Amino acid sequence: MNHWIIAPVILPAMLAPLIGFVMRHDISLARAASLAGSLALAVIATGLLILAADGETHVYKLGDWEAPYGIVLVLDRLSALMVFLTALLALVVAVHAVATGWDSRGRHFHALFQFQLMGICGAFLTGDVFNLFVFFEVLLIASYGLMIHSGGKERLQAGLQYVVMNLAGSTLFLFALGTLYATTGTLNIAHLAVRMAEIPVEDAALVRVAMMLLMIVFAVKAALFPVQFWLPGTYANAPAPVAALFAIMTKVGAYSILRVHTLAFGPEIGATEDLAGAWLFPAAIVTIAVGAFGVLGSKRLMPLIAFSVVGSMGTLMIAISAFTPEATTAALYYVVHSTFAAAALFLIADLVISRRDTDALVALPPTVQNGLFAALFFAAAIAMAGMPPLSGFLGKLFVLDVIRTPGQIGWAWSAILIGSLFTIVGFARAGSVLFWKATSVPQSDPAEGEAMPTPPVPARAMELAPVFATIVVLGLLAVLAGPVTVYFERTSAQLFDRAGYVGAVLGSDLEG
Amino acid sequence: MEFVVATTLAALTAGGTYLILRMRAFPVIVGLALLSYAVNVFIFASGRLIVNRPPILDKYGEGIYTDPLPQALVLTAIVISFGMTAVLVMVALGAYLESGDDRIDLNGPEAGADAAGGDAAK
Repeated sequence: MNHWIIAPVILPAMLAPLIGFVMRHDISLARAASLAGSLALAVIATGLLILAADGETHVYKLGDWEAPYGIVLVLDRLSALMVFLTALLALVVAVHAVATGWDSRGRHFHALFQFQLMGICGAFLTGDVFNLFVFFEVLLIASYGLMIHSGGKERLQAGLQYVVMNLAGSTLFLFALGTLYATTGTLNIAHLAVRMAEIPVEDAALVRVAMMLLMIVFAVKAALFPVQFWLPGTYANAPAPVAALFAIMTKVGAYSILRVHTLAFGPEIGATEDLAGAWLFPAAIVTIAVGAFGVLGSKRLMPLIAFSVVGSMGTLMIAISAFTPEATTAALYYVVHSTFAAAALFLIADLVISRRDTDALVALPPTVQNGLFAALFFAAAIAMAGMPPLSGFLGKLFVLDVIRTPGQIGWAWSAILIGSLFTIVGFARAGSVLFWKATSVPQSDPAEGEAMPTPPVPARAMELAPVFATIVVLGLLAVLAGPVTVYFERTSAQLFDRAGYVGAVLGSDLEG
Repeated sequence: MEFVVATTLAALTAGGTYLILRMRAFPVIVGLALLSYAVNVFIFASGRLIVNRPPILDKYGEGIYTDPLPQALVLTAIVISFGMTAVLVMVALGAYLESGDDRIDLNGPEAGADAAGGDAAK
């Protein structure tokens, strides 16, 4: 049993109260601790990625209780990849929050940030659905605090809506778990897989209800139609670094669907096979449409980016809803890409908006570094819209390539391609209004007697570094697409090896 | 026994759902509290309804006992829903004091000026 497996949960869990209680009056101390913690998390996550690369399913038994009686954490290639992704994103976002001073506009930013990381890493590592619920709540309660960080009327109202939405979602989660436990008598994912295979199709009505409830809860997190409506309001009103961190939160929902459905309800399990895919696919198509129209219709920059996130989740869910190893490989590539593309957009938007005082898409006189910001926004936008040379193009190509079912191919191709076109138009319009038309607006002279307004401060290297880092990651993802895809292929092969997972978690005696 | 528990659950869930759909802060908080009571009873019942039996095996593993796991689960669920309700009250209070309005649904910054008008009724 390798104790490093639990480190991504323990480290932020210990650090967060320390920052919250001991360093509450000293922002520079809290910053140092939070950055060091994020860096340490990234190092640990890299180590776990190397550990998991051998293809073995590593199981961590909490309190050394045998599964399924105790709770287990499971580290396989997929969990390691997601934890690594979280750690990398967290580091970028933490640097941005410190450099731009977002963290000092309210209290307890870094403590909440670490709690959020604890919840996300825990959700990726756990092998028990009730434990997954608990980690969901940990990441949610931290996200409530982060969402309303630094306050303001609109942000608090949007935050209230977000909290209510997620509390209703949590209740639904518990109903699903209760039904699942009543019908199968277990909540361990590996044990569920064994029990589900034994349930005859004619007795499966209740367990099908439980599965669909569970999928709805995960769909809420993944912002899938018809439960996507909380996302634009939340992301558009959250502080920008928080919105960038939330880019991984939708992936928690997508990961949960992938993990729980593939192992416990997926292929070769007669009772629930094909049920989720049949619903997820049309929902994903509509989600792309919602995202595309939202991007076209947005009058402000932050909702525009938020809607493009909705659209990218739709594309991702098309790949996931196929539930085949090939489609999952494409989905994993798209997960990594869309996380960093969304983060890059939110971070560059923050740099621009903070120098314009408004995120409305109207032409204002250019601010400092107009050309630099325009270039960065352009790079992030082509990544999100799926144009070459960055990874968005390859990601969408992979997804298009794996959708081969005759009834689906027409819908999927039309939705993704037309959706991409709309996204390109939306971003092109936003970019030209923000950066290009701005150069033709005359600088307004201050009226007599008024003081000259202080010009915006140019962005320092520290503020620009996180944006550059995300775009470099997107570029690397495109350049190294070959080796990365090989790793993702192995990851999805391991995910679909149900017997291997069950054997590793339950041991040979319960293997079935 | 089953009938009483089932109708209670139904009443709590229906009431909670209705109150959440009112889209005002106070009814929504009460509605979510009702829903969380309902789900707690539901989880408790998911280990089957057995009256007057301990949640442990006796010395020889014989006799009827009630399933201990749902009791542990429901304890976790109660703690979490209690904490979440407290957070919700604080956020709702903050939003109300900032905006002078306790509506849950957003109407966007464009419509912010006429927020107090007629669309409050929908």
